[in-house]
Amino acid sequence: MSAQSATLKSKEELIQKWSKPEVITGSEMLLRSLLLEGVECVFGYPGGAVLYIYDAMYGFDDFKHLLTRHEQGAIHAADGYARSTGKVGVCIATSGPGATNLVTGIATAYMDSVPLVVITGNVATSLIGTDAFQEADIVGITMPITKHSYLVRKVEDLPRIIHEAFHIANTGRKGPVLIDIPKDVSAAKGLFKPVTSVQLRGYNPTVQPNRMQVDKMLRAIEQAERPLLLVGGGAIYSGAHEELYEFVTKTQIPVTTTLLGLGAFPSGHELHIGFPGMHGTWTANTAIQNSDLLINIGARFDDRVTGRLDGFAPNAKIVHIDIDPAEIGKNVPTDIPIVGDVKAVLKVANESAKRADKADAWRAQIQQWKAAKPFKYIDSDKELKPQWVISMIHETTGGDAIVTTDVGQHQMWAAQFYPFNKPRSWVTSGGLGTMGFGFPSAIGAQMGNPDRTVVSINGDGGMQMCAQELAVCAINNIPVKVAILNNQVLGMVRQWQELIYDNRYSHIDLAGSPDFVKLAEAYGVKAFRATNKEEARRAWTEALNHPGPAVVEFVVRKEENVYPMVTQGSTIDQMIMGDAE
Amino acid sequence: MNRKHTIAILVNDQPGVLQRVSGLFGRRGFNIESITVGPSEEPGLSRMVIVTTGDDHTLEQIQKQLYKLIDVIKVIDVGSNPMVARELGLIKVSAEPSARPEILGIVETFRAAVVDISPTSLIVQVVGDSEKIEAMIELLKPYGIRELARTGVTALTRGVK
Repeated sequence: MSAQSATLKSKEELIQKWSKPEVITGSEMLLRSLLLEGVECVFGYPGGAVLYIYDAMYGFDDFKHLLTRHEQGAIHAADGYARSTGKVGVCIATSGPGATNLVTGIATAYMDSVPLVVITGNVATSLIGTDAFQEADIVGITMPITKHSYLVRKVEDLPRIIHEAFHIANTGRKGPVLIDIPKDVSAAKGLFKPVTSVQLRGYNPTVQPNRMQVDKMLRAIEQAERPLLLVGGGAIYSGAHEELYEFVTKTQIPVTTTLLGLGAFPSGHELHIGFPGMHGTWTANTAIQNSDLLINIGARFDDRVTGRLDGFAPNAKIVHIDIDPAEIGKNVPTDIPIVGDVKAVLKVANESAKRADKADAWRAQIQQWKAAKPFKYIDSDKELKPQWVISMIHETTGGDAIVTTDVGQHQMWAAQFYPFNKPRSWVTSGGLGTMGFGFPSAIGAQMGNPDRTVVSINGDGGMQMCAQELAVCAINNIPVKVAILNNQVLGMVRQWQELIYDNRYSHIDLAGSPDFVKLAEAYGVKAFRATNKEEARRAWTEALNHPGPAVVEFVVRKEENVYPMVTQGSTIDQMIMGDAE
Repeated sequence: MNRKHTIAILVNDQPGVLQRVSGLFGRRGFNIESITVGPSEEPGLSRMVIVTTGDDHTLEQIQKQLYKLIDVIKVIDVGSNPMVARELGLIKVSAEPSARPEILGIVETFRAAVVDISPTSLIVQVVGDSEKIEAMIELLKPYGIRELARTGVTALTRGVK
């Protein structure tokens, strides 16, 4: 393992070894460059066009290569690694089908601004454009879903391109960068000289904010009677949770964190009011609609947060802090735009931020709402309720696990009933809403966080979209704890069909899915099934105590819906509250 | 309010850069009325000139989204300043000998040029802003336009900046 070899030789010795200028192949340049970027683990799948690269990895142990069972598993794992560590995730796939199998993962990372370097092989340069075996124009295919991409034409360009790719992926608004390497380029020899600086004239993200704009925001806070912070994933990606905490402590403004912002601010804090939007808290949605000053910190006014745009935050002056100027004013007209890195902006703001003194009545009002309108569900002793299962998982992991999910009901219940107190603990496909993301991303998160408990919460639908990666957990003893909330149906689709399509349940029945316990056991993974609370608690505890990977299938009530719910086309204060309310 | 905008974009002269720019317009739902590309004053950089329509919000989004492309160095809203915008049109028009004097009269009035003559047709070359080219086309229509090629608008702001 990489960690062991790194302790045997000193880091400096290794860097010196890797940096030594010499004539080597493109494949060796790639590996050296990855090492010099600090890569510890790559996720990949070999094939014809990357044979030279994999040949260079033969017997190579300076970083770990995890062989997944599908390229999609590799890229989601790299994504989970990146989201949970803040480092760049790296994956490798071959040309053609290998590369196109990455597309969903690239789009997932792009939508949620996750830094990835995606390496694909391609056919030899002489064959490009001839419809050669396993040829696909992956640079062209992924142009709309990458931050940038490269087709490497000369072996001498590789070190520069790799260094630029890491720089672009993990600065500014982060995102996936694709490097397509034709087979002859990975085979060709050239002089390797490490590249340590970038010169990109067209790429200079604004990090430091305009102080006048920050002052305008601070003055607006002094005047505001009903101020609110809307905190998004940008606060986590810029590592700004401490600055945010200080800002809230100084201003005493209530905080709502978006789905991707969960963990940026401690959920247990009295000023935290949960997440807003389609299935968010009554308090967060009501507070947004009633606020007179809404300060968006690194969120992007996604439609799942805003609901009907023309009725969103109708009384609020809007402040928007974002590193991506294109987000400001894109969906919601902005009164005070602040372009900059969230951490840098809050540092400046904290120098002179003062308590929002006119907002005492508002704070009291919000406390009252919060107490009256928590997430609710009707519990049962006869059947397992998914919300109870999530609460039990929260309790048994001390609220301290890294939790990953796909998209759908289980994702919303996890967001509602697993409150996070630390950043980089919540890995979920927000923007793209990708089924099959949660489980492989948990593998990546565990690779990046060997000492933390990693829980993958899945539905029975999404689990079947990447279940093959159970093999990776078993073979490498990656101790991910997999919870499957099995309601034998595509739950969120069922919910929409019930509430919006007059109970016309069309093609959502997942009965006849495999026995998940047997499936896991077939891969050599310990597995349990639970149908009531007692079994659930016992099985889950046993799974947590097991030193390796484990799967627990929770058979839960099929008809359970996620509430509150804002239907599409409604403003966010028009919530369906469900039976428990 | 929808208006016509002329945007100049300085880009790295890299393979695929036209695809990046035109693809961005396509997927964000921005329309392209015309696009021209060629070398700029600086080696390694190309100048694209795109004519698009949209309201001010759309124009702002176009500019911001373009700046996100790594190969885009500078975006200039040429149309917001006094500018010189020119297009070249080649019009192959039916021209029996009897009709030629009239056609040549139109060409002369427009300070256009005849660049090819065959027994039954002429190619007229006209340079100017788009309105001028359109006026020329209208006037030549009655004689029978056989083929038409337009370059699209290229433009620079006037003065030193």
